[in-house]
Amino acid sequence: MPDAAVAATGGSGWRKALLMAPALAWLGLLIVLPHAELAVLSFREQVGPRHYVPSLSHYREFFHEPEYWHTFVRTAWMSIVATSATLLLAFPIAWVIAKIARGRAAAWLFLACMIPFWISETVRTLGWMILLRETGVLPTLLVKLGILAHPVEFLYHDTTILVGLIYTSMLFMIVPLVSSLESLDNALIEAAYDLGANGFTVLRKIVIPHAAPGITAGCIIVFMLTLGNYITPTLLGGKDSGWFTEQIYTEFITRFDWGQGAAFGFLLLVLSTTIVIAGLKLTGQRFGDVMGRQ
Amino acid sequence: MIPSLPRPAWLRAATALYVAAFLGFLFLPLIVVSVFAFNNAPYPAPPWHGFTLDWFFANDPTGRLGMFHDDELMHSIWTSCKVGVWVTLLSVLVGLANALLLERHEFRGKQALSILMLVPLVIPGVILGISILAFASQIAQFLDDHFDWYVRFLRPGLPLVVLGQFSYIATIATLTLRARLSRFDRTLEDAALNLGASRAATFRTILLPYLRPALIGTAMMSFLLSFADFNTTLMLVGGSPPLTVLMYGRMHEGATPVLNAVSVFLMAASAVLAIGLMRRGPRRASG
Repeated sequence: MPDAAVAATGGSGWRKALLMAPALAWLGLLIVLPHAELAVLSFREQVGPRHYVPSLSHYREFFHEPEYWHTFVRTAWMSIVATSATLLLAFPIAWVIAKIARGRAAAWLFLACMIPFWISETVRTLGWMILLRETGVLPTLLVKLGILAHPVEFLYHDTTILVGLIYTSMLFMIVPLVSSLESLDNALIEAAYDLGANGFTVLRKIVIPHAAPGITAGCIIVFMLTLGNYITPTLLGGKDSGWFTEQIYTEFITRFDWGQGAAFGFLLLVLSTTIVIAGLKLTGQRFGDVMGRQ
Repeated sequence: MIPSLPRPAWLRAATALYVAAFLGFLFLPLIVVSVFAFNNAPYPAPPWHGFTLDWFFANDPTGRLGMFHDDELMHSIWTSCKVGVWVTLLSVLVGLANALLLERHEFRGKQALSILMLVPLVIPGVILGISILAFASQIAQFLDDHFDWYVRFLRPGLPLVVLGQFSYIATIATLTLRARLSRFDRTLEDAALNLGASRAATFRTILLPYLRPALIGTAMMSFLLSFADFNTTLMLVGGSPPLTVLMYGRMHEGATPVLNAVSVFLMAASAVLAIGLMRRGPRRASG
């Protein structure tokens, strides 16, 4: 195939440049430079009208004001809880799709898992609000069944936020889990079983090590999406949902304090990136492989 | 554990029960949204007051206004469509250029560039939004200060929304188009060139038809992602909100069943798109 290689790469410098231009414009103008601008905004302080000096004041403000870093820690912690719960709930379903159900049944189940995600998050959240609010379907039903004496407000609790987050994240966990479980050879499980291993041992010694890349990929993606979520915490958690993205919005759009908002944005970005890198390091995977598989 | 091994009856039952409960969890919110689009009551809440299509078609300026007569709502759907078309166009074109660049050319920094192309997927949408907002304002300020130019499209509004959504949807377009292109048999192109076809003719008659299913799939996905985007859009939107932002605002105020009607409409539209995509499935496999 030397001819093909020459035809593709030789004598086409201008073609290469032409193909590279959109990529450079996209990444340069919409990703790299804007984030540089965000960094500049966050590391300076206004000392007079249109006069700025380099400063860490916005980051100091973050650590001085308990409300800010409480929200940050809370967002991170709830994202970890939501990610773990999503993994636990998704794993059995992924197992059924990859190992137990056959042919059409597996395909249908997989399809059923995808359908809700073709519909915008706003619509799904509306559904949860109609189900859970005080005058909603679930409280009314519980009163009718005699389980509750009078309707209870199920919205605006941390648990509600978690339910909503798990719901919106589910598919992003199931897809990588299914693809990593499908490649697990059944013969290995049968062999372990024949040698006297029980279900728990098989899970611990064979299934989990094999599925580790899928588990990592799913957890990384779910954690990132949860951390950056806006609709679900603000609508299901109400005014005091205490989600960090909401704090960023408030600084940027409501208070118009771009320096502070940029610092918050950077902190969120650092947290999200740290978790991604830690997850990859922990399981020895490369970024390109994990993202490419999606 | 797996069908070839003995599974106790209780485990089978538990599995079936779990799958059923899981499907209930997935579909309950969607079912509830749909049901209350047809309830003859001013709030999307029980009890059931009888069937009505008012929330779609009513046109009573003093009372009920169905979705098709709610101008603000219809305008926001139109806005979402316009934004979606632009994002789709940009993402598919840039994605195609990227796929060709990465699959067919060698250059210094190629590895770094292909990693950088994945980065937009791991940046939270809110941050993509604020960084683009800040950068655009900086440029606008600069042009205003030094040249006295007022550049409208660098201020919050639909052009920035398009750019914000495109900034990460382009990654997804690149990934899918590159995957398809990497399986292309290059000898077909060589044959065409040997037989005297020009490069343009080869591209048009060999490569484009091969990529067509992937291009259509990518376009549909880009449109859908754009239509559903909220986080990036929220930070960049000006006076004319797309549907997701409008719905969010109304849900904060206390929703009426009109939003349920819109949701049913969206579900129907998604279903049509999904079926369209799946019918292409088998053809894609045969190439």
